[in-house]
Amino acid sequence: MVGLLISRLGAALVVVLGVCTLVFLLIHLVPGDPVEAMLGESAQPADREALRAALGLDRPLIEQYRDYLSRLVRLDFGLSFQDRRPVATILAERLPATLELALAALALSLLLALPLGVLAARYQGSRLDRGAMGVSLVGISIPNFWLGPLLILVFSLWLGWTPVSGREDPASLILPALTLGTGMAAILARMVRASVLEVLGEDFVRTARAKGLGEGRVLWGHALRNAWLPILTLIGLQLGGLLGGAVITETVFAWPGIGSLLVEAIQSRDYPVVQACVLLVSLSYVLVNTLTDLVYTWADPRIRWHV
Amino acid sequence: MSNFVGGPPFRSKESGWLMPSALLVLWFLVALVAPWLPLTPNAVDLPGILASPGAETLLGNDDLGRPVLHRLLVGARVAFLVGFGVVALSLLIGALVGGIAAFAGGWVDLVLVRLVDVFLAFPGILLAIALAGILGPGIDNLILALAATGWVGYARLSRAQILALKERDHVLAARALGVRPGRVLVRHLLPLTLAPLIVEATFGIGGVVVAEAGLSFLGLGVQPPQASWGSMIREGVSYMLVAPHLVMAPGIAIALVVFSVNLLGDRLRDWLDVRAL
Repeated sequence: MVGLLISRLGAALVVVLGVCTLVFLLIHLVPGDPVEAMLGESAQPADREALRAALGLDRPLIEQYRDYLSRLVRLDFGLSFQDRRPVATILAERLPATLELALAALALSLLLALPLGVLAARYQGSRLDRGAMGVSLVGISIPNFWLGPLLILVFSLWLGWTPVSGREDPASLILPALTLGTGMAAILARMVRASVLEVLGEDFVRTARAKGLGEGRVLWGHALRNAWLPILTLIGLQLGGLLGGAVITETVFAWPGIGSLLVEAIQSRDYPVVQACVLLVSLSYVLVNTLTDLVYTWADPRIRWHV
Repeated sequence: MSNFVGGPPFRSKESGWLMPSALLVLWFLVALVAPWLPLTPNAVDLPGILASPGAETLLGNDDLGRPVLHRLLVGARVAFLVGFGVVALSLLIGALVGGIAAFAGGWVDLVLVRLVDVFLAFPGILLAIALAGILGPGIDNLILALAATGWVGYARLSRAQILALKERDHVLAARALGVRPGRVLVRHLLPLTLAPLIVEATFGIGGVVVAEAGLSFLGLGVQPPQASWGSMIREGVSYMLVAPHLVMAPGIAIALVVFSVNLLGDRLRDWLDVRAL
């Protein structure tokens, strides 16, 4: 068990280092000169050199990389070009909004997807199944940068029930969470259905039925208890779609989180902020998936034999 | 997810081809002939600003009086070019990387698998957003950014496939006959992995169309005045109360295309009998 834990954490650590390296290389991989891109073509040569030195871009790549990693360990993301404040402070200001939106969307999608997926699997091939999967296919096909404006049009502009954008009013959480949560629910419902179907084909379900248990007990007591682990993994993976989709949803609703910060930073060519946003989001994703992986191993004793 | 563990699929295999195929053929045709149609997607018509759909202009005009229908058709071409370009590029890179990893084994496999893991650690289209943002706007950068992040799924799929196939008798026979490894991979292994890759690529086209529109919506893709479905939504959002057709038309176009592609992917998966994708 300890050996397994170490090997999983080791693999996660390699991925973390890879992510940090790729984010570092992002700016250096770009064709052309980042300084020129930042200042524009009309900038004075002296200004360019000054900025280059300030960014450390005049030093050898390997030295810059070492410096970058040692600053990351100290959670030092540098200063924002835009308002000269530490990037870590700006991220800390924006993080609660993104967490709030992600949790609300996650809760909503679970509330929709779990019953829908389980019932679709239980009544496989029925009208309910086809209806639920049809709705979920429509849900997958509607992009959130279209659903968001539509919800604003109906609920904010026509009905006047919710604020159009921002985060001053508690009610302003409703529309972004709906936008993000329903899209995720559509995908999750299909995956839940598949997981439950797989479990329903197992021997222990047949045994449970053979010994005369009611369908309800079989479904909720036996099938679902064994399906929730793969479902947990799916939720961990879906969190990626959630975090990625949050960038667009936050922009639609001017929700002051990490996603809208990333888009603002890209538009103002504030590269330290861009780097830090991408790092923060992807490293949290790695963290969540490593945790679900470990929970899976801990909760399902059968896994240990395979490793 | 239909027909996941046997039992009746949730729709019979014969039905459900017509609607998505017809819609996609229409999309292809529009994309192919768009340059030869008498379209004026950038013609400004000041008296006709924000005109509602009607007899004069079929889908109305936008905030500069440009005809929405014409912009929609031009946008169909952009979505088509980006969608197929990115998927073809990703498929090619992914199939080769995954194939080489599985076929070579050893440290080559280890390094490539770790590389794939690193790319998979970036959730959703986050990396594409950052890459497109840093590369700067424009269709070629858009294709580059989406392909640079899109090959990973195909690599993982083709690696898994080839791992399962590489001990097959015909492969061992070819190697015993002295066929070079590269030729074994390309001629004897990769063709067998085509079915799952085609299914994945079909879904991939839907994903790329949404991603292109999403990046253009954020202002990171196609640049004005060129029309793209995503940038049309971006420009239409401010006029939603007075001219909802600016957002409705491109949104419905995206949803229809993506819906058809996904439906077709489902059917293809059942038809080619690819399990558990």
